[in-house]
Amino acid sequence: MVKDQNTVCFRTMHLKEKVRHTLDSYLSVGGYGQWKRVLNERPDPATLIEELKLSALRGRGGAGFPTGLKWSFMPRSAPGQKYIVCNSDEGEPGTCKDRDILRWNPHQLIEGMAIAGYCIGATVGYNYIRGEFYEPIARFDEALGEAYAAGLLGRDLLGSGVDFDLYTHLGAGAYICGEETALLESIEGKKGQPRFKPPFPAQAGLYGQPTTINNTESLASVPVILEKGGQWFLDQGRPNNGGPKLFSVTGHVNAPNNFEVPLGTPFWELLEMAGGVKDGKALKAVIPGGSSVPVVPGNIMMNTDMDYDSIAKAGSMLGSGAVIVIAEGTCMVRVLANLAHFYAHESCGQCTPCREGTGWLSRVLHRILHGHGRPSDLDLLDNVAGRIGGRTICALGDAAAMPVQSFLQHYRHEFEHLIEHGRPMEQAA
Amino acid sequence: MSDKITIEIDGRTCEAAPGEMIITVADREGISIPRFCYHEKLSIAANCRMCLVEAEQGGRPFPKPVPACATPVGDGMKVQTRSRKALDAQRGTMEFLLINHPLDCPICDQGGECELQDVSMGYGEDVSRFTERKRVVKDEDLGPLIATEMTRCIHCTRCVRFGAEIAGVRELGATGRGEDMRIGTFVAHTVAHELSGNIIDLCPVGALTSKPYRFTARAWELTAEPSIAPHDAVGSNIQLHVRNGRVMRVHPRDNEAINETWISDRDRFSYEGLNAASRLTAPMIKGDSGWAETDWQSVLHWVADGLQRVVADSGADQLGWLMAPGSTLEELYLGQKLLRGLGGRNIDSRLRQQDFSGDAADPALPWLGLPIADLEQQRAVLLIGSDIRQEQPLLAHRLRKAALAGAMVGLVNPYRVELTHPSRQLPAAPGRLAAELAAIAKAAGAGGRSSLKGLIATADSGDVHAEIAAALKQAGADGNGLVLLGALAEASPDFGLLKALAYQIADATGCRIGFLPPAANSTGAAFAGALPHRLPGARAVDVPGLDALAQLTEPRKAYVLWGIDPAHDLIDPARAVAALAGADLVVACTAFRTPSLEAVADVLLPISAFAETSGTFVNAAGDWQRFQGAVAPPGDARPGWKLLRVLGNMLELTGFEYASARDIHDALAAQCADRAPDNTPRAEYPVGTTAEAADGTLMRVGNVPIYAVDALVRAAPALQRTPLSAPLHLQLHPADAEALGLQDGDQVEVAQGPARACMPVHVSDDLARGGGRIPAAVPGSGQLGAQIGPIRVAKVSGENDQ
Repeated sequence: MVKDQNTVCFRTMHLKEKVRHTLDSYLSVGGYGQWKRVLNERPDPATLIEELKLSALRGRGGAGFPTGLKWSFMPRSAPGQKYIVCNSDEGEPGTCKDRDILRWNPHQLIEGMAIAGYCIGATVGYNYIRGEFYEPIARFDEALGEAYAAGLLGRDLLGSGVDFDLYTHLGAGAYICGEETALLESIEGKKGQPRFKPPFPAQAGLYGQPTTINNTESLASVPVILEKGGQWFLDQGRPNNGGPKLFSVTGHVNAPNNFEVPLGTPFWELLEMAGGVKDGKALKAVIPGGSSVPVVPGNIMMNTDMDYDSIAKAGSMLGSGAVIVIAEGTCMVRVLANLAHFYAHESCGQCTPCREGTGWLSRVLHRILHGHGRPSDLDLLDNVAGRIGGRTICALGDAAAMPVQSFLQHYRHEFEHLIEHGRPMEQAA
Repeated sequence: MSDKITIEIDGRTCEAAPGEMIITVADREGISIPRFCYHEKLSIAANCRMCLVEAEQGGRPFPKPVPACATPVGDGMKVQTRSRKALDAQRGTMEFLLINHPLDCPICDQGGECELQDVSMGYGEDVSRFTERKRVVKDEDLGPLIATEMTRCIHCTRCVRFGAEIAGVRELGATGRGEDMRIGTFVAHTVAHELSGNIIDLCPVGALTSKPYRFTARAWELTAEPSIAPHDAVGSNIQLHVRNGRVMRVHPRDNEAINETWISDRDRFSYEGLNAASRLTAPMIKGDSGWAETDWQSVLHWVADGLQRVVADSGADQLGWLMAPGSTLEELYLGQKLLRGLGGRNIDSRLRQQDFSGDAADPALPWLGLPIADLEQQRAVLLIGSDIRQEQPLLAHRLRKAALAGAMVGLVNPYRVELTHPSRQLPAAPGRLAAELAAIAKAAGAGGRSSLKGLIATADSGDVHAEIAAALKQAGADGNGLVLLGALAEASPDFGLLKALAYQIADATGCRIGFLPPAANSTGAAFAGALPHRLPGARAVDVPGLDALAQLTEPRKAYVLWGIDPAHDLIDPARAVAALAGADLVVACTAFRTPSLEAVADVLLPISAFAETSGTFVNAAGDWQRFQGAVAPPGDARPGWKLLRVLGNMLELTGFEYASARDIHDALAAQCADRAPDNTPRAEYPVGTTAEAADGTLMRVGNVPIYAVDALVRAAPALQRTPLSAPLHLQLHPADAEALGLQDGDQVEVAQGPARACMPVHVSDDLARGGGRIPAAVPGSGQLGAQIGPIRVAKVSGENDQ
């Protein structure tokens, strides 16, 4: 089995389930040590950001942008309010890792956000949590209360003159609000629609002020990186792919779960940790990084390691680390129709290609699935997807297009079969 | 021009300013890039994705096609608007826009002038690949002006952004996601902003169309005739869309210096009044058996004889002559020429003024004080007695821009005005307006002379006064502060005092002073000499004639009314009707028959309305704007200048040999060549006592609602159905209502001297204490007295028992 599990975001997992989310538990693993050090020593934020850059921590929300670099974009010493925003609007189908950070280790996220605030010059933070996360929201709020009571949040912390206030903000069920600028709009009380960039949030973000938005897992990794050093974190993974990463392994596996393992862990080991393919079936395909990334056939996946660069080589993306396992016997048309319906439902509606195109894709796939497909539909799907991808303000258009193109690339024969015979080649798994 | 950079679009080298968007440069160069959401007056949304182009910077191509509307240019950037990649992106967007759009242009009102239709000719396919069911969207009811067919909406959000950014009221918004995204009002609210009709022009498709116009004509059947809007002193540039001699609709013409690309709803929809049943279409004479139609020849002889008889029997001083300030410059000029040719001198066009004590001190050619566009650059503006959104919608829009850029806008007015930007408002009853101004003057350190000095010295300055004064001083020092007097100041019995104080404030703060002329040609009337104390070219008169009010308080034997409905267009309708009814001869030259005219006039002479005559308007900023008649007047109606010319000939007056309106214009222009508007007062304003309300009375605040301002607007049915056209009512401050034992909805009888009218009560703390707001120029208001003056209010009992 994989060594070095649960070393960063899940470092409280070995504690008793009932208490592992509490302040005491977190303190027992050395929690808040870095925040206290920052408050006492007031280090130059640039040195902290350098440590982060050394760690090669890449954004865990899906885009994989280097976190340290992102922080360095902030005009730290410019006058005016600045904000740190945590994106806990975990809505990518298959992804459930941030939920477990909120549930089991909320204080580490708080500490990470506080340190981030210090590094970028923000005295106010918002944690935007997916509205359906009832239990995680309660856990996070409870942790916020504990942190304020312990004097770790608020004004003039530990007499350092440093202020940091942190607020919870709840989403209302829109997937698109996980897109960072739509998330900002939502906090501002507006309709959740991504903003055109530039200006980037580091220039004009929340309420028009410089803002950094990071994923929950990224921020929760920060305290450990500072504690153990950027080099240590980098060594956990591979060059350019620093640290361990949470993987949500779901789909046709016997023991779906979240696993924190080093980047670079072979896929087959991860699959084993999840108990192998359900009912002993063969592996058909894997969507390795959340529903928005291209599907990879099982045989390729079995020879691929779980890190950003290796998966890119396999023709897909690590994304949010949601590994959706698909067993032999699954109708890929049905899988794609399901995904297409999701994106049509979640498109915000502002950009023409996505608003109109996602619905079109979904309708055509629905028609094919129900035996009313036409041979010309497959080229149509591929072409329509191509006209959505890369032509919208945010990446949802790409996310809707990529599965269509990759499914058609790898499983075109299944679509053709269904169109020709009016019934799926594979019955439901 | 060292800050210019060079870019290349489609192989053409273009100069650009850093930070400009690609589309701006391309538009300037005449390179067309298709677009739907982009509009140069609105914020960039970049959501329609129609303007996607291929670009490279520093030899490195952008990985994806970029929106030309939202991509700033950089030095050396190369843009391809028609490369294979760019065209594929544009065609892709076009296909997406069309899949759910009804392709039934022949039954769409926008057909033939639709941006989607036009662009689809260049970027659409012959046959759709879309075989699924199309989206159907429920329509919104946006009120009487704007029709909706939301199934046609392409979600460009121009209308939404217009509300948020230009109007300042978010009347429309988007709800729902993806395909279910809808543009609507959230809560089924009528779109009521005074500029909202502009969203009809903004909408690139047939989703938002003009309710009065739609399905009455096709774009290609219309000829566009340039004209000037007649309802306010902006002089908005418009085009009249004409078919078969009928104005079918009104659209704006771009003029950055005046109306930018907008027009008010009043200017857009008032054309409906041209075809009202109340139009006068033949000369009419009152006989023993009532009104009878007659012919021009005999009626003009009758009028000429009548006027000559009055002059011969009683002297020309027994002639009263009142002209609407919305008349053309040519009419105003000929009108005064005719009267003065007969030896008369009692002419006025300031019909809503009652205090003329400042006439001797008034500047010769009062005006806005600055070009309209410069309003935006002001850093502090003090408005005195003005409901500016209703009086001059587009000037209000300019002020809003100034306010959003940080300017202080202060308002001393009898009621709180719902401005769509931050403002400092000091609502005060009409009798208290002077005290509020004195308080600002005091805070600004103004001195003043004689009784004004005492008024300012004893004024009670508070924080708001000090704030306004400080902002005015600061702006005044930088040369961008302004004090503006509006229509409610003009109607005040203290107008002279308010002007005196306004000049004191302007002097003390270094601000400019300006007047908001009430009508399209109020400024022109001063040029034309249609005033008792001014000759053409605004030259002084040796012996001034009677002003508009004096002509009624000292009744004349004969009157000529030009474009006036006595019950609605004069400051004191009750007094006006009484004076006119007692006259021997009343000649009414009018485009509309109205009950009050029929009651008092002896002859009705049909003159052309707006759009039916050529002429000139001089706007608030002193711009002379000529226009041509676009349609013939109905029936036997004739352009006013022709009537006056013929009458002048019949009266054997010299100088009435004009062959065209142009000749008249040129004749006047020659006399005005050395005349420019100037707000320098000619003397010190005399200061009288303020018109405080006596015990037990309230001061009426008779504002003229936006859609009651002249006969044409009052005859336009769609405008009369909007929420801004409220029926006659009395608005009271809650404390006054309580003191009178009145509640919202109670019926009251309002007495103004001998005049009486019944109306319901609306209680609102927008109104200052001591005021009673009763709109003027609305149905029923003609029975009342002065727009601003004391009223007594009594509850009508027994109403509820029935």
